[in-house]
Amino acid sequence: MSDSPGTDGRLPVVTPTRVIAGVCLFIPFVAMLWVGSYSKLTPEFIGIPFFYWYQMLWVFLSSALTFTAYVLIRREERARKGEQA
Amino acid sequence: MKDGVNGVALAVFIIFFLAVTVMGFYAARWRKADNALHLDEWGLGGRSFGSWVTWFLLGGDLYTAYTFVAVPAAVYAAGAAGFFAVPYTILVYPLIFTFLPRLWSVSHKHGYVTTSDFVRGRFGSKSLSLAVAITGILATMPYIALQLVGIQAVLDVMGVGGGASGNWFVKDLPLLIAFGVLAAYTYSSGLRAPALIAFVKDTLIYIVIAVAIIYIPYKLGGFDDIFAKAGDAYAQVNPATGKPRGALAPGEGAQWAYGTLAMGSALALFMYPHSVTAVLSGRSRNVIRRNTTVLPLYSLMLGLLAMLGFMALASGVGKGVTGFNGQLAIPQLFENMFPSWFAGVAFAAIGIGALVPAAIMSIAAANLFTRNIYKDFLKPDATPEQETKVSKGVSLLVKVGALVFVLTMDKTVAINFQLLGGIWILQTFPALVGGLFTRWFHRWALLAGWAVGMAYGTWTAYGVASPAQKHFGGSSDTIPVIGQIGYIGLTAFLLNAAVAVALTFALRALKAPEGLDETAPADYTADADDADDVGDTDVKPSDPVPVA
Repeated sequence: MSDSPGTDGRLPVVTPTRVIAGVCLFIPFVAMLWVGSYSKLTPEFIGIPFFYWYQMLWVFLSSALTFTAYVLIRREERARKGEQA
Repeated sequence: MKDGVNGVALAVFIIFFLAVTVMGFYAARWRKADNALHLDEWGLGGRSFGSWVTWFLLGGDLYTAYTFVAVPAAVYAAGAAGFFAVPYTILVYPLIFTFLPRLWSVSHKHGYVTTSDFVRGRFGSKSLSLAVAITGILATMPYIALQLVGIQAVLDVMGVGGGASGNWFVKDLPLLIAFGVLAAYTYSSGLRAPALIAFVKDTLIYIVIAVAIIYIPYKLGGFDDIFAKAGDAYAQVNPATGKPRGALAPGEGAQWAYGTLAMGSALALFMYPHSVTAVLSGRSRNVIRRNTTVLPLYSLMLGLLAMLGFMALASGVGKGVTGFNGQLAIPQLFENMFPSWFAGVAFAAIGIGALVPAAIMSIAAANLFTRNIYKDFLKPDATPEQETKVSKGVSLLVKVGALVFVLTMDKTVAINFQLLGGIWILQTFPALVGGLFTRWFHRWALLAGWAVGMAYGTWTAYGVASPAQKHFGGSSDTIPVIGQIGYIGLTAFLLNAAVAVALTFALRALKAPEGLDETAPADYTADADDADDVGDTDVKPSDPVPVA
């Protein structure tokens, strides 16, 4: 963990890892709630209009982002536990 | 609808149904615990499920028969608007990643069985906890009823029950049998029954979807043809409204509704008692987190399912039939497209898909009643044995209630209530999620916010008219101030949160009593420290990405 410990010897509440994880979790909201960005029919993919395949593509993207956040957070949680012990 | 009974499909359906019935009763002996009389055992499967079981349980729980029937039905009816279920289920997982692990931890630490247990413990307020419990029960009941509607649709298409047969008893007998069996094994096995059956359900569903998404487009001449035909169908003007039936992509005016529905539904999903029950049955904090990364596989399945709506439309299901029930579109598509035996498999998938969530929902509602009404208000000194007994009884009562509801009232009533239920359950969000992160909110302010959100949501939904019905005609209405059409539940939620914040400031200034908080900050990050948990959390980061 590259985070510098807080003044009391513990990791602070807001760490770079948490910020990155937060951004990973936030990106899907921007992508999905900005409906205007994908509300169109072309380009098609094997005959499926853009609107549909793009959203299904986001299932994979958001899953990968959530997984990234999971790995980051778990690593840091272990570091926190290690400190308490 | 074809005439007569589809014998082969029915036989396959019955075989699967019998198989899961046996599993349901057998489940009582699966991972059997020492103290079977404790509510944790019956109502939460002993809090012992690992990642796999939790994944199936949550998947089986959230993606219900009604979803399988209703989402494609919505797409079939209106096109793009029905597809909001996909962004909705995409957003759910990053969202719950942030707060469910905290809920799991604090519940593990204090033995909470329901969300209301947590709210009572956190805010020291029985009235706030009661409000959350009642909202949960009210929102769950119509949901259970809709599972029955899902089974009915399948039975209808197979030519059993429903339809025009005169005698009400003959007509409803298959449904009564299905529900009788469900009630019996839920009673005896508790949450273990749906957990075990969920494996069968999801395997069947995945097989059916995989086959459907390849085989049907092949028969219909590819996606090009399907979307071209569907596009033509949506463009036809509905004489009742003077507007086109639907569109393949939401127009300018429909985008707010699309986005707010996705957002509001995502916020609401894990407020439902049955979702929380499945979460709390997990054995460690990381089971929950890991699941948020693999559950989106179900979202993909849902997206593919939604596409079946276009296929039903393109293949001419319901064409020229006046008053065709859109709920039947997908079962009918299966019957028309598949050989009988595989149609039977598909129907079994939907039918079993109704039993799993119905069981979990009735358990969740029963737990709420037992813990937050019976124990808090009627019999504070109830022993765990008594709690389990009451919970088992109430789970039966809840199911009978849903059955009566479906058999005596029009289907639209159940759908209206389900719509309202979504709006209602969202109003418990500030108390629950707010409480998980901060003790700043005042309990009375949260209660007032809840009341305002409930009243606004109900009243506004009541006022929405559609060509078919005068009230509860839809879940979207003009958002005040912004002036766009949006999801009523989300507007009510924002109002609710605003009231809660404003009143918290006021009550704090007045130094109103805050109530006792029995939780400590460390409780929210606690993990199961049992030895058997080590293997569970010890997954290396180099493990393959679960979904892609």
